[in-house]
Order: sequence, then C-alpha cells, then structure tokens
Amino acid sequence: MENNQLTKEMYDELERFIEAIPDKENAIIAVLHKAQEICGYLPREVQEFIADKLNVPANKVYGVVTFYSYFTTVPKGKYAINVCLGTACFVRGADKIVNELEKKLDLKIGETTPDGKFSLDGLRCVGACGLAPVVMINGKVYGKIKPKEVNKILAEYND
Amino acid sequence: MKMIKLTIDNQVIEVEKGTTVLEAARQAGIEIPTLCHDPRLESSLGGACRMCLVEVQGARTLSPSCTMPATEGMVVSTRSERVVQGRKVVLDLIWSRHPHDCLTCSAAGNCKLQDYSFEYGVKGSRFENPEEPEFPLDHSNKFYYYDRNKCILCGKCVRVCNELQQTHAIGMSERGFDTHVSPPFEDPLAQSKCVSCGNCVSVCPVGALVPRRTDRFRYWEVRKVRTTCSFCGVGCQMELLIKGDKIVEVAPYAGESNNNMLCVKGKFGYKFVNHEDRLKTPLIKRNGTFEEATWEEALDLVVDKLKKTKEEYGPDAVAGFSSARCTNEENYLFQKLLRAVVGTNNVDHCARLCHASTVAGLATTLGSGAMTNSNLEALKSDLILVSGSNTTESHPVIGAHIQQAKEKGAKLIVAEPREIELAKEADIFLQIKPGTNVAFFNGMMHVIIKEGLQDKEYIAARTENYEELEKIMEAYTPAKVAEICGINEDDLVKAARMYGEADRAAIYYSMGVTQHSTGTQGVMSVSNLALLCGNIGKEGAGVNPLRGQNNVQGACDMGALPGDYPGYQKVFDPKAQEKFEKAWGAKLSDKAGLTLTEVLNGLDDGSLKMLYVMGENPVVSDPDTKHVEEALRKADFIVVQDIFMSETAEFADVVLPAASFAEKDGTFTNTERRVQRVRKAIEPIGSSKPDWMILSDIMNRMGYEANYKNPGEIMDEIASVTPQYGGISFDRIEEEGLQWPCPTKDHPGTKVLHTESMSRGKGLFKPADYIESAETTDKDYPYIMTTGRILYHYHTRTMTKRVKGIDIMFPESYIEINPVTASRLELKDGDKVKVGSRRGEIVTTAKVTDKVDEDVVFMPFHFYENGANTLTQAALDPIAKIPELKVSAVRLEKA
Repeated sequence: MENNQLTKEMYDELERFIEAIPDKENAIIAVLHKAQEICGYLPREVQEFIADKLNVPANKVYGVVTFYSYFTTVPKGKYAINVCLGTACFVRGADKIVNELEKKLDLKIGETTPDGKFSLDGLRCVGACGLAPVVMINGKVYGKIKPKEVNKILAEYND
Repeated sequence: MKMIKLTIDNQVIEVEKGTTVLEAARQAGIEIPTLCHDPRLESSLGGACRMCLVEVQGARTLSPSCTMPATEGMVVSTRSERVVQGRKVVLDLIWSRHPHDCLTCSAAGNCKLQDYSFEYGVKGSRFENPEEPEFPLDHSNKFYYYDRNKCILCGKCVRVCNELQQTHAIGMSERGFDTHVSPPFEDPLAQSKCVSCGNCVSVCPVGALVPRRTDRFRYWEVRKVRTTCSFCGVGCQMELLIKGDKIVEVAPYAGESNNNMLCVKGKFGYKFVNHEDRLKTPLIKRNGTFEEATWEEALDLVVDKLKKTKEEYGPDAVAGFSSARCTNEENYLFQKLLRAVVGTNNVDHCARLCHASTVAGLATTLGSGAMTNSNLEALKSDLILVSGSNTTESHPVIGAHIQQAKEKGAKLIVAEPREIELAKEADIFLQIKPGTNVAFFNGMMHVIIKEGLQDKEYIAARTENYEELEKIMEAYTPAKVAEICGINEDDLVKAARMYGEADRAAIYYSMGVTQHSTGTQGVMSVSNLALLCGNIGKEGAGVNPLRGQNNVQGACDMGALPGDYPGYQKVFDPKAQEKFEKAWGAKLSDKAGLTLTEVLNGLDDGSLKMLYVMGENPVVSDPDTKHVEEALRKADFIVVQDIFMSETAEFADVVLPAASFAEKDGTFTNTERRVQRVRKAIEPIGSSKPDWMILSDIMNRMGYEANYKNPGEIMDEIASVTPQYGGISFDRIEEEGLQWPCPTKDHPGTKVLHTESMSRGKGLFKPADYIESAETTDKDYPYIMTTGRILYHYHTRTMTKRVKGIDIMFPESYIEINPVTASRLELKDGDKVKVGSRRGEIVTTAKVTDKVDEDVVFMPFHFYENGANTLTQAALDPIAKIPELKVSAVRLEKA
C-alpha cells in the first residue's frame, strides 16, 4: 500500500483469482474485495480490467464500487485510520475523535495526507460497541479513546 | 395458464397468474400513476418511484403495485385516502430535490411529475434542502443533454439502456442522497458507450434527458402524427411532433415491429425534412445550368421526351430506377408507368445492390424471397446465427433484440469478417474472410451431417434433393473450410454442433452474404442449412434476410424489378402477362427488362437513351463510380425525381422536386413483410409534390388515365392484382400493419412463412461448391477491401448529412485498418492514406482498429467524396446480377 503503482504481479494475481471462479457474472463483489486487497484501492483501470475479465459491463462494476462505502477508488494511506461512526460510538463522542484527527493530520474525513502516510475514513459499527468510541488503524483496534489520546496513538506510527 | 381472481376497487378481476397488481388494474381499466414503470422492463427490478402505491387488505403498509404479483383473493384499493396521502408524500419527497422551474423547463407539458403534482395538489415540499448542490449539465452528446438536477432517479433510462437497448452506457452510481445516473467513471456521455439511440430520452418522465433543440416549442403547441420511420427496413413505428409546418421532435410508438424503440436515425434524424436544401421547384438544365421551371414546363418536357424516345428508338430505349425509399403505392405506379404506358420492363431499383440474391435465392429454394419470421421473434430463439450483417449498426432495433435474446440465454454465433459489436458478445465468433460464405455454410452442414444432427424427419417430409446436398457437402471437411475461411477448425465444429442441437435456430443475414458474385449461392446455402435442421416454418427460427432500406421489401413486392410484375408474377409468364394487360388495359412486353447494372451499360453503349430516376442515387450507391458517371453522361435525357439535389441529380436534364415521407400518405413494407402506414404530417415543402401525384400526372399527360384521389385507392388496385397483398387496405392497417401473405380481407396476415408447407411446396436443397470471389488479392493489390454501413449514416447520406449532429460526428469517409497492417505501412490512426484499386484511387483517413484482420480493410459506403465505390467493381452474380460490392482487391499507401 506504500506505493500506489499497480504492478503486473497484482494484475496476474487478480486474474488467477478470477479464472478460478466458475460463475463469473455473479462474482463482482467477491472480485472487487480481492482486487482491493491486492491493489489497495480500485482505480478505473482495475475496474475496467475486472469488467473485461468477468464479461460484465463497466457500468455495473462502477455502480457496485460507488455503492459500497467499503470500496475506494482513491489510494488510502499507508496507515488507514477508520473511525467508527455507528450509534454507540457516535453517542460516546466519535465526532470529537474525528475532529481531533482532522486537526492533527490536517485533512478532512475521506482524504489522505499528501505524503500518503495516513488516510481518515468513517465507517459504520465494527461490532465492538462495548469499546466505544472505536478507532481502527490497519486492522488494529483502539477502544474507549478520548480526543487527548489521539496524539499518543498517532505517535505509534511515527516511522 | 392458470387464472386467479382478485378484487381491485370493488371490481372482481380475473388475470393470469404472475400478473402484477398494476397490470391487473390496467387490464380492468383502472389507472394507477407511475413514474418508473415501463411494461417492457423486468417488473421485479422496478418499484423505484413508489407512485403506484396501493392498499392491500390485511397488509401493514402500502405496497408498490408494479412489483407486487396479484394473488388469489387479494383485495386492493387504489384510491383510498391512505393511498392518496402516501402518493402525496412521495411527490413531496421528489419535489424536495427537484428544481421548481416548470415555467422555463422544456419538458413542461410532457412531464409526469408536473401532471401528478397537479392531480394530487402538491404545490411545494416540506422537505426542501436549501443547500441542494447544483450540478453542471452534460451537453457532450450531439443529440440530447442530461440535467442531473432534474433527475428524479426513477431509473427508467438506466434500465432501458441496459435491459432493452443493451448498450450499458449508463448506470446508477453511488448511493443515498448522492445516487445519480451516470456513465461509468463519471465520463461525459459522449465518451461513454452511448449510441445516441435516445430511448432513454423517450422514457424520461421529467426534463432530465432532453433532445437538443433548434426550435423552441411547448408540448401543448404540437400535434402528433403516427407514421413509419423512413430509415432502414426495421420499420419502426413513431410519432412525429409537429409545430406549425415543422417537425420538432420524434417519439417512438409501440408497434409490433419495434417494441417502442428507435435508433439515433429514427429519433434524431428527422431534421432533413425541413432542411433548407430541399428541392422546392422543378429544374430544367439549360446550357449546362439548372434553371427554375414551372411544373407545367417540366412535365411537358418529360412527357415530350418520353414520347419521342419511344417513337424514335422504341420503348426499350427507356429505363427507370424506382425507389426503395418511396411508398408501395409510388413504386407500383412507377413500374406501371414504365410497363403499361411506356411499354418496357426496364425497371429496377437498388434492391439489385442489396438483396437481389435473396429474392432470387429464397424464391428458388422456398418459393418466397423474404424474411421467413418476424422482427421480435429473436426473443423466442434458442440460437441466433448472424452472418454478413452488422445488425446493431445497420438494423439497430433488431440488433438490440438479438442482444436481449442473448442476455436471456439464447446462444449467439457470429460469422463475419469484422469483429462487430455482436461478435464481442457471441458464444462463438468466426472471423471469416470476405467472400467465403458458401464454404462456411458448407462446412457447417458437413459437420451436422457427419454427426447426424440433421432433422431427418423434416428432411423426408418437407424437402427435396437432399441426396445431392449430402454428396456435395462431403468434401467440406472442417480442415478444408477452416483453411478457406481463415478460421479455427474447432470453432467451426463447435458452431455446427451448437446450431444443429438447437431447437429454434434463427439465421440473420444481410449484405455480407448477398453482395458477392456468388451471392445467390450464398443465400441458398443459408437456406440449405436452415432446411437441414428443420428451421423453416417455425417460430423463433427461419432465415431472416434483413432488408436495408425502409421500403426495399415493398419496392420488390410492387414489381420494381425487370422480370416481375407486382407479387413476383413473371413478365415472361403468358398468364401473368394476360392478367396485367387486362387489369391495366395496355399491351405489355413479355421480355424481361434490364437490371440496374445492365441499364448503366446500356447507357454506356448507346442502346438506352433515356433514364428516369425516382429517389435513387446510383452515382454513390453503385459500384465503380467512374463508370457510372461516364454512363450517365452519355444518356440523351435523364429525369431525376428526388427530395434533394443528389449527386445523381446533377447529371439530370430535368429535376422534379418530390415530397418527403412526412408529407404524404402511403405504405412501407418492412423487412418482416409488414405493410405499415406512412402518414402525411405536414404540407409538401415549397412546390414539391408526392411522387404518386407526379407519376399520375405524367401518366395522364401520356394519355393513360390515372385518376387516384389518394394512395388508399392505389393500394386497393395493388390488392386487386397482387395475391400477397389481396387482403390489405388502408382501413385494415390503420392501427397495426399486416404481414403478407394476406390474401383475403379476413386473413390475419402471416407472422411465420412456410409453417404448413413451403410456398413452392417442398423446400429445395440447392447445394453448390465454393467459388472464389471474382477479384482476389495479388502482388499489386494485396488487401481485400469490404464495405458496409455505419450506425449514424443511411444510404448515400442525402438525408443524414443534413442532420447536423450526424454530420459533425461522421463528415467524411474513412478506412479501417488492422494495427499490424498500419504499422507495416507506417500509418497512425488519423493519418491520410491512399487507397487504390483497378477502378480508381482515393485518399481517405486511416482508422486503426483490430476490428478487421490484417489482410482486410473496411470502408463505409455512404460517402461520395473519396468514396468506397470509386474502388468497388461491377462483377456480377450470374443469377441475381448483384455486384460484388463486398470484395475488392486494393493497395494502401501512406498519403
């Protein structure tokens, strides 16, 4: 994810995955998941590649990609920060965490820092309501956090 | 079919199981409002707008009637207080995000949101968001624009584009408040796959998709006239919207031939009618320049010349080209003028250049030279084999139906020299070399016979000469055929099996099969294959020649052919001759006349003196342009009757201004043999006249009485002498056209030909060996050039070049060249390239594409300047006399 360049290896891996699917026309979502896992995001070229390989129109792929907030068409940061905006987290002050992160990273939710290090997104309920408010960074969960702890958490990624 | 009963608004209704509540209500005459419903679309995917909410007894919430299946005993209320309140909320919500600009909106008067708001008393919205963003308009398409701000997200446009038109240019993007209609990746429409068919525009219930207009009008100012489209043989039904004396818009009409669809030409190509270039007065050439003349002067001159030529050189010194673009009534009168008044059978028209081989070939094998099945039957096919037809461009609405069939599960095989749109979707695509059709079909039959997939019972009961077929097919092994056609052997075997195993297999073909020196044999090979597997006389199957022009089927039916009276009764058959002599009260010639290509030779060698051309443009449409022009220059006298000053009209001595299809009554017969009404919508432009009036006038002046009050009377005369049209009259086809044969007044018309027996009795196998094209490549001319149509243009562009959007997109000729060939010649896309054949040389623009093979190039034939037909040759099919327009050897050179 550090480098947003799409490599031939990525396409090869994706193609192998697609080739193994028997019912290609109904596999869009599974393939998009895989593609995002491999490439980090789903730029136009990847979507067109998938449409071509699955033999489905590009408008169908694009429709699915833009419908689900999980899929992203812009590259995410090396460290993808996701703040849960589900009901429990929101009640316990997730919005304040977002504000703090926006201020510290100097970006808006949905954006990536110019150096490609951090991206900030909101998501809906990660199923850890007992830990609300929850922040996830590249899969690592931080629970019951307060705005003033944001600095400390970000410092962990000071490489 | 199981029937169920339900109650809607206290009315007990019986409907088929599977019917939705909406359909059930409509069947009972109960109107339910809808914004997103279209009966052609899959109902389970609907339910977007919620306007059709109804109350079902026992249900907790209101339900959308368009997606809800009717069930036994259901009690539905469509107008209860709760329903009305529910619909008001729906309208209120839609209004909250819709601009309130009905005063200036061009859709006003044609807007369902406006109508329903009026009906339900919705004046404003409680949910309005003052910060609603404003989106820019997409003006990129040449024919319509998209205003996202006005879109109510009913989804009809997206579903029509995907489900019906099968273009997949637009979709629904994002979700929630951000949902919107767009091409993938938010590209402008002009850069999407959009083919400008405008079917989305036609179904938009509001002002989000709107035709680009040159004339401002309000919908309440226009009147609507239903008619038949004047482009291509599909015969789409449409309504012309007229303000004053001008066509301002075209809307599709749900006729049997088109399922409420149109293509770019039908929807947006009407602007030629009111174009300033229309011929408005008769012209007489004096000292090399045209001068305006009165009808009196012009017709006197024509009649004088006709009489003198006939007296001096005999009637066979006169020839006429009738027109596949004029009505049946006009074609009938034209051939009657030549036969009964002048006394010659020298009458032909440009079917000679497209489907003469179909008429000859299928008449021989089946007894009737026309499409055996109907336009929309593609949807009932298990397998569709397309060969020699770029259907989605040349017959777009039929092409879309083939694609629909494919999506619904039908198999698709495409055998074509170019990788056309259908080829990309096909189960098997065989990129055959131009001119190898006979070998291809023979190869298919070889495999089918070898594997025992032929329909033996059918062969025994309904065909003859099978033994000869078996004998000749023996030699066409897959290996040999693959070699001749340049295709993969296994693919051929797979295709043959697929065809042989299908229950309902339809073959669609067009000029890729017919325009060869072996065109008739190509057609008979198609027929052989269909007969072999019992596919003639069956719904969803058959041999389906797609006729090119709006009335080319009708012009043939009317006897605008040198050997045929109306209804294909032969001029050399004494009985037929006697019949027509009696009917027309004139002595008739029993000698078959000259074909189109022979007429040009006749002018060239001086045996023909006078030529009368009605609505044809041989200078552009015929092969070997130089030869055509030389021949026309030698004629003593040429009359051209047209709506524009065509390239051919320039050679005329007298030009007669004709009325267009929008200015006259009559009928066109489409490719599926359906005789459909053409209606007068506006007065003839200038002092132009409908062709039937001009022809009647000339007949009268020649001393032959022709007193028709209207084209309906001419049709009555046609019906009296043409068995296939015997039951056809204007009053019977007022609402829906009839398909011939329709021999009597109570005959319902014929959807599928040859169901009980073939028209000739038994289906005749007419096998033949493959013969190479007349011209093959050599050292000097190493590439094969093939020609064809493009979606946006029609015939010789006389009409379509006057439609601004089309002319901007495709103003001039071009040539498709394979990337490998291009690189060998150091050509880049867009470079000028010199193309030469043994007939001539042109300079055109290279379009580098892998649609064509390395040794094949393709040119659209619509253009005069640097046109394809400067290069083509007049090598003729010996039976049908159709020229080999599809194969010319050429050389290429960077210009």
